[in-house]
Amino acid sequence: MNKIVAKEHFSEKVVKLVVEAPLIARARKAGHFVIVRVGEKGERIPLTIASADVEAGTITLVVQAVGKSSAKLCALNPGDYITDVVGPLGKATHIERFGTVVCCGGGVGCAPLLPIVEAMKAAGNRVITVLAARTKELIILEEQMRKYSDEVIVMTDDGSYGQKGLVTQGVEEVIKREKVDLCVTIGPAVMMKFVSLLTQKYNIPTVASLNTIMVDGTGMCGACRITVGGKTRFVCIDGPEFDAHQVNFDELLMRLSSYKDVE
Amino acid sequence: MNKEELAAQRAEQWRENLRKSKKAKERTDIPRVKMTELDPAYRVTNREEVNRGLTPEQAVLEATRCLDCVEPLCMTGCPVGINIPKFIKNIERGDFLSAARTLKETSALPAVCGRVCPQERQCESKCFYLQKLKKEPIAIGYLERFAADYEQASGEVALPEMEPDNGIKIAVVGSGPCGLSFAGDMAKRGYRVTVFEALHEIGGVLKYGIPEFRLPNRIVDVEIDSLRRMGVEFVTDCIVGKTLSYDDLHEMGFKGILVASGAGLPRFMNIPGENLNGVMSSNEYLTRVNLMDAANPESDTPVYKGHRVAVIGGGNTAMDSVRTARRLGADRAMIVYRRSEAEMPARQEEVHHAKQEGVEFLTLHNPIEYIGDERGRVRQMKLQKMELGEPDASGRRSPVPVPGAIETIDVDEVIVSVGVSPNPLVPNAIDGLEVTPKGTIVVNADTLQSSIPDIYAGGDIVRGGATVILAMGDGRRAAAAMHEALQKQQGA
Repeated sequence: MNKIVAKEHFSEKVVKLVVEAPLIARARKAGHFVIVRVGEKGERIPLTIASADVEAGTITLVVQAVGKSSAKLCALNPGDYITDVVGPLGKATHIERFGTVVCCGGGVGCAPLLPIVEAMKAAGNRVITVLAARTKELIILEEQMRKYSDEVIVMTDDGSYGQKGLVTQGVEEVIKREKVDLCVTIGPAVMMKFVSLLTQKYNIPTVASLNTIMVDGTGMCGACRITVGGKTRFVCIDGPEFDAHQVNFDELLMRLSSYKDVE
Repeated sequence: MNKEELAAQRAEQWRENLRKSKKAKERTDIPRVKMTELDPAYRVTNREEVNRGLTPEQAVLEATRCLDCVEPLCMTGCPVGINIPKFIKNIERGDFLSAARTLKETSALPAVCGRVCPQERQCESKCFYLQKLKKEPIAIGYLERFAADYEQASGEVALPEMEPDNGIKIAVVGSGPCGLSFAGDMAKRGYRVTVFEALHEIGGVLKYGIPEFRLPNRIVDVEIDSLRRMGVEFVTDCIVGKTLSYDDLHEMGFKGILVASGAGLPRFMNIPGENLNGVMSSNEYLTRVNLMDAANPESDTPVYKGHRVAVIGGGNTAMDSVRTARRLGADRAMIVYRRSEAEMPARQEEVHHAKQEGVEFLTLHNPIEYIGDERGRVRQMKLQKMELGEPDASGRRSPVPVPGAIETIDVDEVIVSVGVSPNPLVPNAIDGLEVTPKGTIVVNADTLQSSIPDIYAGGDIVRGGATVILAMGDGRRAAAAMHEALQKQQGA
């Protein structure tokens, strides 16, 4: 049982939850995720950790209400308990001084991107962050991103904030302007697919953080399996980050819809 | 237990009297008891336990068959060395609680083992009846279950005699059969035991893997409750190697660690279409249904309820999966196995029950491809027909493809049950821990001590993929060895 100590609405369907989890706060690194379960009949769902406060013993999760389980989680309030929180899971992001790193996030994908932006900056990289969303109110964590980024580019589909256009346009603008050594992308699978296609064209190494269906999150079930470089890999223990150019995104998109008609 | 002790117990007056009370012929003339089972047509509509257990009358009669041999061969077949004649003779004289206590002298989970042990390959295979009389062996497994269930139902579940608290903290990684039996043995010896479990439930494979119709959760919960009463602490949602490091355990004052994290990773066959929706591992399927209760409409976890379900493999997990599929409404539930039925690793009882429940057996068939629809859902499987060739390294005749004999069968769900590999999560997280190329932890065969002196390991993380009873046996041996090592340290 983990207590929720603070909650903030980023938008109607996106909330930030600060959750008591002292051991996870201490052990987690950028890129790690947790599995949470709400209620005794609850489903186990993976969520990437947005940030942690070791002193306070808390971790921060950013959740978008998309299905039954995420909606249940979003409906919880400070003082409520999450039935189970386990982690940190997955491999941490590989952080080193690459040179110039473009970090691009779409929608709630910006939340797990934040610790990576922070760590990349701390490692001495020039960090350019591209934040993208459908509309202005869905752009999240901009202020925090600015703190750790040399530059932040905001893209909205409807042009209500920043530049009008897709995340790929923002990334391409940077690539055309200067030498980029690494691209990190987190967001909807279809967004990462197009970022990957773009950077492949320019031959820029790219890391994508995948979010798949999972049950246990420890390698036991294989629900998260995905083809990377022609081989089946488990996102929970081999990932969640992979060389984006090797990921079969079409398969990922197909597998994400796996339980659509069952739920 | 040594021979002298066994002989002394056998020579006790009550055993002597019991032996003399009937002629051998009277005993051997009694036919082996038949287990009462739920009707197949009824049981596929629910998850009630199939085997109903013996009545006291049945149990006493079956126990009467046992000849109380001078040299009980049955015991040589038991991985934990249960004093089989003693518990059976206690049943014969009607002292069922003493029978249960005899079981508990050596087995931490008798109600579990009475249900899931492959007795036909262990104790019962060595029975005098089978070996010398060419008759059906004593139903040792049924009797074990009877005694353990009787004790559970009596409300007089005895705790073993406990040594006084010695203040020494011991950590156990994983709460499956190996971890639980180890925890019980160490608690008995006075240690303060904490069991860390990654999932939200205690019990490991006994909970997520073995279905309710074969091993009801309440049976496992009684055993876990006994351990709690013995002072064992359980911490769920905690992954050693992730949530807590090996160093953290030291800082917390743990003096010994048992790694019993199981064989986690499901194997796939790497054939085309295996990542289609509707194709999954038996681990995923069984975890959804057993641990997450996904077949219950109130559960948030979804599960496919296929109408034409193929389960690939011939082991117990394959049988559990295919029988679950029938219960979830599959009209056609198939076992696809590349060898013949004679080579199947599953227990005979499981195969028999599956057939009773209308499961089809496509033996000497091997999947080579799955075909999906435009939405990525599996719709068909291509099977290669096989024939048996020369024996392979396992001693079983190896299957070879029959050229050109390929057939296509409609399916809407495929469950891959072709084995598991050790979960690298814990071994990878401990620097200096020696593992085999296969990923199992290297241990001393007698003591189960790993390359790091205060870490012991047992169960499937050492064996790769074995049985509940072997995992339990490991737990017991590791406990004995760790206790001895810690005592030496204390003395030094």
